[in-house]
Amino acid sequence: MNSKLKILPLILGVTALAFCLVATSCKGKTRGDASRDKAEAVSPDEQTMEQIKNAEKVFNALPTPLEVAQLMKEAGARFDATLLNPVENKSNYTSSKSMALNLGTYVCDLSFASMYDETSLLVNYMEAAEDMATGLGILDAIDETTVERLEQNINNRDVIMEIVSETFLNSQAYLEDDEQHAVAATIIAGGFIEGLYISTRLVDMKNYKGNKLVQTIADQKMSVDDMIRLLETYTDNTAIRELLGPIHDLKAIFDKIERSTTPSNAQYNEKIGMTEITGAAKSDMKQEVFLEIRDKVAEIRNSYVN
Amino acid sequence: MRQLIQILMVTLFLSLLVPGEAAAQCKGFAKSLCKTELGDYLHDGNYHAAVLVEGEEAELYKTFYSDLDYRLAICSADGMPPVEFIVYDATGKVLYNNKDEGPAKTWDFRLESSQQLKVVVKVSTFGSREQLPVSGCVAIMFGFKAK
Repeated sequence: MNSKLKILPLILGVTALAFCLVATSCKGKTRGDASRDKAEAVSPDEQTMEQIKNAEKVFNALPTPLEVAQLMKEAGARFDATLLNPVENKSNYTSSKSMALNLGTYVCDLSFASMYDETSLLVNYMEAAEDMATGLGILDAIDETTVERLEQNINNRDVIMEIVSETFLNSQAYLEDDEQHAVAATIIAGGFIEGLYISTRLVDMKNYKGNKLVQTIADQKMSVDDMIRLLETYTDNTAIRELLGPIHDLKAIFDKIERSTTPSNAQYNEKIGMTEITGAAKSDMKQEVFLEIRDKVAEIRNSYVN
Repeated sequence: MRQLIQILMVTLFLSLLVPGEAAAQCKGFAKSLCKTELGDYLHDGNYHAAVLVEGEEAELYKTFYSDLDYRLAICSADGMPPVEFIVYDATGKVLYNNKDEGPAKTWDFRLESSQQLKVVVKVSTFGSREQLPVSGCVAIMFGFKAK
């Protein structure tokens, strides 16, 4: 009995250690070969990639549909309902890939409609998103209660935005916590592509020069890089592998945008009660590059929307 | 001995179940507690939360836009040691370290130009080597509003 008691703490200790290892494996990435010789000078981009490889846990955050919608509004873009994915299309989406991409698409459309107070569209788009979520088995992300809450607050913009934000959070959180990271990434990519699609279609080519919306789109160059890093984490997933090809093509076009920066500096501004990060950046996107981006984004989007 | 094996089997079984539970609690924690730290900033809808162990680090890369004001909020579960977060620009320059303010749980900022920033979150250690390291949910959340 004594010997059993002596060995018990050891067994429990080893088990607890096993637990810690399993617990921390959540979304974890393997540490890269840290001993690799880095004698060669590397650019900031290469340094970033190297840092990512060496990190234990890495999140790549893309602008969410709500953020993109807010950016579009700030850039002075108008609302155009004909650019949204019609809700009638929802019955066409039967595969997990198309449901995930179009859940992102519908939440993005919902974000645009709510940002522009297009209340007549909200319930239909929330129901379309609900159908996609149900198809993916995300039962607690969007349900009848969400739709009812939306209906009850249809004229309360703040509550509507809160509901849309929660919808996106719930979908992702459910999938991430259920270890379905690839599906969560696919939804995020769908939302991001839809935001790019709508914004590129809203650019008035007659007012291209000095157009704030064009600048906002050019700034998405960095987010396209973020998207590729996010998706490349899950290349064991067939849907993501299929998506990565055209998105790499899109990145190649975005890479034609010339971006120059000056060093940044952070200074707390008491007047506005927050830190201001100075440092100018200028992105130069030629018209032909913009048109290439616009066409490629439409091609990617139409491959799963139609 | 058979009793010991039974204990081991049960403990191992539980150890496989608990991470899922912890992750599920992470979602509830992020939604109910961390989101309130965003105050009047609209949560962007992104979910970045993980179970971290004392001494562990996580990194987040995100592009921020010059047209918006942002709030970054970091929350950790009760009983966790303080969580440090450092924000770097693309060249690796430190723009903010919450240790300088407390440690603060939130940081409000705006940018002159859109740029990609890196947020490194570090769970500090209690410093005791006699106990098993503490683990718990850590969430990173962003809110924004128009300038």
